[in-house]
Amino acid sequence: MIPGTFSYHRPASVAEAINLLSTFGEEARPLAGGHSLIPMMKLRLATPGHLIDLHGVAGLTGIRRDDDKIVIGAMTTQQQLLASNEIRTALPILQEAAALIADPQVRYRGTLGGNVANGDPGNDMPALMLTLGATYRLEGPNGARNVAAGEFYQGAYFTALEPGEILTSITIPAPAAGHGYAYEKLKRKVGDYATAAAAVVLTMADGKVASCAIGLTNLHETPLLATDAANVVISTGLDAATLKQAAAAAEAIMSPAADARGPVEYRKHVGGVMVMRALQRAAGRAR
Amino acid sequence: MNDVTPTREQRTAALEGLGCKRKRVEDIRFTQGKGNYVDDVTLPGMLHGDFVRSPHAHARVKSINSEEAMKVPGVLAVITAETLKTVNLAWMPTLAGDVQMVLADGKVLFQNQEVAFVVATDRYAADDGVSKVVVEYEPLPPLIDPFKSMAPDAPVLREDLAGKTSGAHGPRKHHNHIFEWTVGDKELTDAAFKKADVTIKELISYHRTHPSPLETCQCVCSFDKVKAELTIWGTFQAPHVIRTVVSLIAKLPEQKIHVISPDIGGGFGNKVGAYPGYICAAVASIVTGKPVKWVEDRIENLTATSFARDYHMTTEIAATKDGRVMGLRVHVLADHGAFDACADPSKWPAGFFNIVTGSYDFPVAHLTVDGVYTNKAPGGVAYRCSFRVTEAAYCIERAMDILAQKLGMDPAELRLKNFIRREQFPYHSALGWEYDSGDYHAAMRKMMEVTDYAALRKEQASRRAAFKRGETREIMGLGVSFFTEIVGAGPSKNCDILGIAMFDSCEIRMHPTGAGIARMGTKSQGQGHETTWAQIIASEIGIPADNIMVEEGNTDTAPYGLGTYGSRSTPVAGAAIAMAARKIKAKAQMIAAYKLEVHEDDLEWDIDGFRVKGLPEKFMSMKDICWAAYNSVPPGMEPGLEAVSYYDPPNMTYPFGAYLCVMDIDVDTGVYKIRRFYALDDCGTRINPMIIEGQVHGGLTEAFAIAMGQEIRYDDGGNVVTGSFMDFFMPTAVETPHWETDFTVTPSPHHPIGAKGVGESPNVGGVPAFSNAVNDAFSFLGSTHIQMPHDYWRNWQAAKNLGAVAA
Repeated sequence: MIPGTFSYHRPASVAEAINLLSTFGEEARPLAGGHSLIPMMKLRLATPGHLIDLHGVAGLTGIRRDDDKIVIGAMTTQQQLLASNEIRTALPILQEAAALIADPQVRYRGTLGGNVANGDPGNDMPALMLTLGATYRLEGPNGARNVAAGEFYQGAYFTALEPGEILTSITIPAPAAGHGYAYEKLKRKVGDYATAAAAVVLTMADGKVASCAIGLTNLHETPLLATDAANVVISTGLDAATLKQAAAAAEAIMSPAADARGPVEYRKHVGGVMVMRALQRAAGRAR
Repeated sequence: MNDVTPTREQRTAALEGLGCKRKRVEDIRFTQGKGNYVDDVTLPGMLHGDFVRSPHAHARVKSINSEEAMKVPGVLAVITAETLKTVNLAWMPTLAGDVQMVLADGKVLFQNQEVAFVVATDRYAADDGVSKVVVEYEPLPPLIDPFKSMAPDAPVLREDLAGKTSGAHGPRKHHNHIFEWTVGDKELTDAAFKKADVTIKELISYHRTHPSPLETCQCVCSFDKVKAELTIWGTFQAPHVIRTVVSLIAKLPEQKIHVISPDIGGGFGNKVGAYPGYICAAVASIVTGKPVKWVEDRIENLTATSFARDYHMTTEIAATKDGRVMGLRVHVLADHGAFDACADPSKWPAGFFNIVTGSYDFPVAHLTVDGVYTNKAPGGVAYRCSFRVTEAAYCIERAMDILAQKLGMDPAELRLKNFIRREQFPYHSALGWEYDSGDYHAAMRKMMEVTDYAALRKEQASRRAAFKRGETREIMGLGVSFFTEIVGAGPSKNCDILGIAMFDSCEIRMHPTGAGIARMGTKSQGQGHETTWAQIIASEIGIPADNIMVEEGNTDTAPYGLGTYGSRSTPVAGAAIAMAARKIKAKAQMIAAYKLEVHEDDLEWDIDGFRVKGLPEKFMSMKDICWAAYNSVPPGMEPGLEAVSYYDPPNMTYPFGAYLCVMDIDVDTGVYKIRRFYALDDCGTRINPMIIEGQVHGGLTEAFAIAMGQEIRYDDGGNVVTGSFMDFFMPTAVETPHWETDFTVTPSPHHPIGAKGVGESPNVGGVPAFSNAVNDAFSFLGSTHIQMPHDYWRNWQAAKNLGAVAA
């Protein structure tokens, strides 16, 4: 539980951070909240020679409204999401999910950018980003580019980030007023990753589902958008049979690993249960 | 008398003696971050050690190359078994009469076994060195399933035992067999089963888990080459035993070994035994002449130092058709891992598992225990219980529920029908114990009344009907547990550790101003001894508890004691305190008689001093007697006021309790909710009700963890899959249920103040309450026994197996 030797850098600007990442290449890792990287370093499963701490970089935190979009700086902490009126009004599902991430100590340190950029299938925010149709701004030696969250995740810990690039902000289109939402997360205890979790954002019209997006956490090597499951519920009143069909459609794309949280069969089953419960709770909230 | 003269009640209250909810005096330093733990010990020039550990469960060690490690700046030495052989310490004796490798000698026998010890100028360099040691292994087939350990073709684990057909506890049947232990009357038990109307038989397993105290195992060893003295600061629950063990195995004179247990952050049995880290740090200090610190990390703690449980208990009860028990038969397959490092009194290879007849009047019983080796970490410690008592309580409490189910009786009614009755105490059990005192019926009935047990059963019946009608997906379980513990090891006639009788001790020294110090052979790890020991003295000799300082943990100043574990402190050391205090009081009485110019027999004790019978104004306070002890003792009497007592208990004590757990389980996810948990404990005389309540809360929380998910699990290759707090269930305040506590008081007749010990009761009684609740919830769907731990996915699996969840 003692990390190996590394050099510590604290750049003051994005340009400086990118320069350091480019200079040290594979040897360097950016450091945000550190809740994934530092334990990996203590176990010596990660042995970066250079840590590029982003806490001193200007302009990476903050939440602002940009017309019908919400722009969140990558170094914005989970606690800042929970405290933000803007998020409470426009994206309440982020607060529901943030409150289910570990404990207050972790949330004061853990960042949204770190959570979505690390590519850890256990992290909660990536599935929400898929569900909400978020876009990530990546800045690197060759300039800046925008990548849809749906295009970002390639495998466990493999993402669209190119060498030298940093995820600097996340842009989320504000869901329709009166939308319903829910994040259902089954976990063994505080601080655990999800055994299975489902995010739902939907709108209702005349008692029927008008639009719906469903995201899944920790049920595959990447976060999943359960498109077929969402299609199943459109124009329905979410009766029991429809819910079961939606769960089955979602389970069809899940491929979780067996671990101490349970065997594959269980994790898929409760993944389906989370989808059903999230749909019901979201529909109950829609206006 | 004027109005400022305190009343008798005020004088009694001022002492803060027995029965007072005195605040814990040690918390003043703990809550301010001013405790002093082993890792706070920093000495000039101190070095740091860390282990190279085996990634394999079973492998031959072909070579160890430390060339690159020695090049790491700061690395001073890499110690291997070959190094230790030069001082004859490659192997060490265990408390269970086996031997254990200190460092891998030729092969490794469990994952994370200690292979080499790297010593460096700081902890970072030590770990850098560890990563550079190259060990070449030849993997061997691992033996993980204890049920396969004695197969004819099972791999040979312990090559050092080749040809040894008997061990410390008798004959060995197989190369992976450690011992067979038999208690009870086989013929009479067999006969009872032949006559029985009803019998049950079930394999009841208690999975492997770990005490996992907040502070891991650690030490600082400092050898003074000039004085040839070794000082060890360590997280030791039994510092004197460590001193004697070190003297015996390191061949150092015992007076030249100083063992200091400073503040300890929880022990729960994990810190009783001796570990390779201690030996390696001591050898490294002797070799380098510098202090060496070894501090275990969490993964090392969970995977290498002393697991608990891992008992597989085939249990049979014979009964009449109206529910009277006639006989008990239990066979235990005990998985001890690679070495038998069980921390039991020496003559007890399965601890006090023969308390397995529990609270019930079994006319006959027969018990056999087979201990076996597997490729798992050694241990078998008493995790917050007396030796193997929690396994025994789980076994009988689960079995009684299974019998009740078979008979169609209520589990509480079955227990009431079979309890040992109050008038049967002292009660001689079929497996050889003499229970000191108890009133089981009163405790059980109180539990049933307070919880309105009958109403809960009615609610359960209607919920079951609703479930069957498809109106709910939740099932409700009631977990009844009635346990009898056996604590306070123990009487010298049957308890020793390495030949040392399991007495305990207290030395009290009163100062002239009416204050004093008590030094103990025990060692608190959070139990609050500094608070409670002073309370016993306060009530015995009338000096306020605040004026008594309690000191433990330094073998140079404390009288020899066997330490704190197995709830033995109050039954044994608590008695020693009272006996030492009574010696003080006896001398005080002689001084008071002299000063008051009466005969000793004319004095009577009155709260905080002696009074002349019939002359209430002639009174001498204990405070004044202390002063007199230093200037005007009777002619011929030595001055001073101090006493030592070494207490050899005449019997164990037998705390008991009635617990009830009310649980709801969602069959679709396996998620459970503990709706209510009621714990009635009878620990005899209650010294500090607040500390008792705290002990019960802590023990129940550990019981909850164990029953509902906490385990050390190995995969088929012998890899630990629950080696960190991510997967090893350590509940937080969020997961922990609310606890309702209650009590009855049945004093121990043989203990000087009637106290029995309580620290471990809630773990012993709690685990069966939780497990019985889960099993009770599922029983109406047709199951008789579901193995622990009852985590979410296993609950779902049970529901699915019983057809309650569609595939």
